[in-house]
Amino acid sequence: MAGLGTGAFMLPGFATGRPVSPEALLMPGDDVEVKKRLADAALNAAKSKGASYADVRIGRYLNQYVTTREDKVENIVNTESYGVGVRVIANGCWGFAAVVDAKSEAQLAKAAEEAVAIAKANAKLMKEPVQLAAQKGFGEVSWKAPFKKNAFEIPIKEKADLLLSVNDAAMKNGANYVNSILFQVNEQKYFASTDGSYIDQDIHRIWPLFNVTAIDPKTGKFETRRSLSAPMGMGYDYLQSNPADKVTGVTTRYNKGYDMLEDATAAAQQAKEKLSAKSVEAGKYDLVLDPSHLWLTIHESVGHPLELDRVLGYEANFAGTSFATLDKWQSKNFQYGSKQVNLVADKLQPGSLGAVGWDDEGVNTKQWDLVKDGVLVNYQAIRDQAHIIGAKESHGCCYADSWSSVQFQRMPNVSLAAGKTPLSVDEMIKDVKKGIYIIGDGSFSIDQQRYNFQFGGQLYYEIKDGKIAGMLKDVAYQSNTQEFWNSCVQVCDERDYRLGGSFFDGKGQPMQSSAVSHGSSTARFNGVNVINTARKI
Amino acid sequence: MAIILTEAEAKALCQKVLSYSKADECEVNILGEERGNLRYARNEVSTSGSLINQNLQVQSAFGKKVGVATIDEFSDESIEKVVRRAEELARLAPENPEYVSVLEPQTYLKSNGFFESTAGVNPAYRADAVAKSLDLTRSQNMTAAGFLENQKGYSAMMNSKGLFAYYPSTSVNFSLTVRTPDGKGSGYVAKGYSDVTKLDTAAATKIAIQKSKGSVDAKALEPGKYTVILEPTAAAVLLENIFFNFDARSADEGRSFLSKAGGKSKLNEKIVDERVHIYSDPTHPDLPASPWAGDGQAANKINWIENGVVKNLVYSRFWAQKNNVKPVPFPTNIIMAGGTASMEELIKSTQRGILVTKLWYIREVDPQTLLLTGLTRDGTFFIENGVIKHPIKNFRFNESPVIMLNNLETLGKPERVVSTETNSNYLIPPMKIREFTFSSLSDAV
Repeated sequence: MAGLGTGAFMLPGFATGRPVSPEALLMPGDDVEVKKRLADAALNAAKSKGASYADVRIGRYLNQYVTTREDKVENIVNTESYGVGVRVIANGCWGFAAVVDAKSEAQLAKAAEEAVAIAKANAKLMKEPVQLAAQKGFGEVSWKAPFKKNAFEIPIKEKADLLLSVNDAAMKNGANYVNSILFQVNEQKYFASTDGSYIDQDIHRIWPLFNVTAIDPKTGKFETRRSLSAPMGMGYDYLQSNPADKVTGVTTRYNKGYDMLEDATAAAQQAKEKLSAKSVEAGKYDLVLDPSHLWLTIHESVGHPLELDRVLGYEANFAGTSFATLDKWQSKNFQYGSKQVNLVADKLQPGSLGAVGWDDEGVNTKQWDLVKDGVLVNYQAIRDQAHIIGAKESHGCCYADSWSSVQFQRMPNVSLAAGKTPLSVDEMIKDVKKGIYIIGDGSFSIDQQRYNFQFGGQLYYEIKDGKIAGMLKDVAYQSNTQEFWNSCVQVCDERDYRLGGSFFDGKGQPMQSSAVSHGSSTARFNGVNVINTARKI
Repeated sequence: MAIILTEAEAKALCQKVLSYSKADECEVNILGEERGNLRYARNEVSTSGSLINQNLQVQSAFGKKVGVATIDEFSDESIEKVVRRAEELARLAPENPEYVSVLEPQTYLKSNGFFESTAGVNPAYRADAVAKSLDLTRSQNMTAAGFLENQKGYSAMMNSKGLFAYYPSTSVNFSLTVRTPDGKGSGYVAKGYSDVTKLDTAAATKIAIQKSKGSVDAKALEPGKYTVILEPTAAAVLLENIFFNFDARSADEGRSFLSKAGGKSKLNEKIVDERVHIYSDPTHPDLPASPWAGDGQAANKINWIENGVVKNLVYSRFWAQKNNVKPVPFPTNIIMAGGTASMEELIKSTQRGILVTKLWYIREVDPQTLLLTGLTRDGTFFIENGVIKHPIKNFRFNESPVIMLNNLETLGKPERVVSTETNSNYLIPPMKIREFTFSSLSDAV
């Protein structure tokens, strides 16, 4: 499915990995010298078979997830996946071959030959050869995710105990059921290309999350409240509670340190409160959107439409195309949003899911503007697309989710820049006459050209005459991307800036998952259409 | 050793793995597969590739303490290492009170899902099949974006109680979106088969071209409730949300659309129109599937909804034991029975309605009512007095498939479809539904 994976508890990327023992997760990465020798075998074989360009990725992907419900640890799974993917251009056409457990030079060479054979078989279907933006080689370099505590080094018992205490807190505060999960990811990627790069990278990610259910036994109605955590490009340090990382208010939200216990306590109380909350009256409201919610709207209505491969039609058969066509960009005056709206792409933000040193085709990562003062100014482009927008180099946002997948253009972090004028959330709410304050991400859907969307959330609070008037339920808002971003009247300042994101952004055929962050401060959107989602079956 | 093992080779390998086990119980799973794909867009090849993959998973248990480990090397030394590793993990693991002892040997139905024709697909075959599609779109000045993927593989399992299961399969999926050069029209087709000789990429391409040309200059209709005819591709993505939620435990716990007040489920209750019959049959020739489920249970023919009544729910072995009922594994295929009406007859009998050929970005809005949202895509048409009048702009809908199946008017003949959301294959009929709720318009083509 293009777009994000559906539920917090769907495990598409993890289901296919293979479990290993915990100690395997702590083994040092494979020797760089060995990987270089294997990589050279593939590159040389590709060249000798006629490839004009080749790259090879030797990947070791380690995941661990601990799943619990109420007072039980349901599963502790360690997965490991090791293999090699070789990509070539031969006769002007791409070819790719991937092999599991390839550890000999002969296996690497054979994979390269297969990739060349595929490229040559398909070249007859090409009218124009692939044009690859030039990229200097970086020689032998490396990058390691900055973190204080390696999550894989924390004893399993400590993680299981944390989740069980989270569940206990939820149950004691009125939950009927609670599920919790701790995901940990480590990508060990070695990239080499005929440009002369040999890049070794070690990437870590973490995502603690839960879902609380409260049931009214009389009516049989149930409500849920998911965690307000974000997946982060961090180690276990994300689970260190720090007062400076808490944003207090109608409910506590979190920045770079997550207090899972506190959030679960609040979640159980709020799920119960939702059962008797007022069902929203459909109509136009001013929306105040918390970063824990707004990240997903940014992802769907800004991140995806500005992927150049979608704009050009490369994703037409699955994820779709884009309303943000080249003529709009060329006009230099397409008002994507109001003047308050500045949207920035990057692969650099510390702690974000997108942060790496180099992308999966050997390009160093960077930051660039997508929408400046409301005007569309750029897209996300990789090496075989750069020439189409007159660029000399790639933006460095090429990614493959596994050694077994071919790399292609994937969304970098795309974030709404904080407002330049000092403004707090309380000050923003004070000014709203009839509005809804939405916290947390919920249901989401957008059309294949990214015009019409519908979003729900986790918590909805009615705002009346500048004050929070109580909890609402059955809320979803519908809008059109350009109309919505032009209705943005205020963005809180950088004190409120936080990251949200997902591990499961889906795109491509075969479908690949990518992890991506989106930062923002709380923002206000005026006169948005809200529908009531209550039904009877 | 070959990647794709025969039944005898797989059995011998599983036995070898078990011969190293010192645990109370041991379960072995192996698989091997080869895949190839060709992707194209803007009438040209974009990316394409191949994949060779295999793995071995060992689950060891001492009492209710369980450990799992895997490896992808199949040498004797590696096999012994992975068994020892699973046993070490089992000794370290906390007791899982919900662990149920491994199964005794089971009897499985015969299902033929492996076709030599599909197993023989190579890069040249894929290039030729796609060339047939591209020839049509190029010569008619239409723009194609498509994907062709073939797979062959096997999975096998064995446990220390002597259970052995093996299933080889092949598949090919082809999907294509054809757009007009001005971007005002778009049409789609998807075909999935176990036997590649049934795939005709040229015939499929003609369908997408026809829909694309027919969808140009769509007119806007007011959102609201309309009679709709859902082609099987559109119906499948709504119905699979019912299929995914057949779990008895969630229903018993009160957190499913199949829950009732007072802690009961809707098992044996009528929830949809009495003509609705949803079942599984791994031996169906048009949708062959594995005759065993992931934990080794037999995947037998079973009715889920019959005469509109919920007849069975999925019971995990733990939940079945706790409730003193027979376990029911999650199905390996799903079929919805149909009627006799052709698409032409469905259209002809419609005074005022909308033909929906595809739906997109389906998400659950409310798990209690299974309210879903999403949009129409790649060809939506207005029907008046029994004929297709003109294409219409896409709509967003908010509708529950449960409400939809209560508003059933007519069912057509089932056909094999590929879910555009999950890639799963089903047999689903086209269906006419009254009062389907469209809530807003979309400018997307």
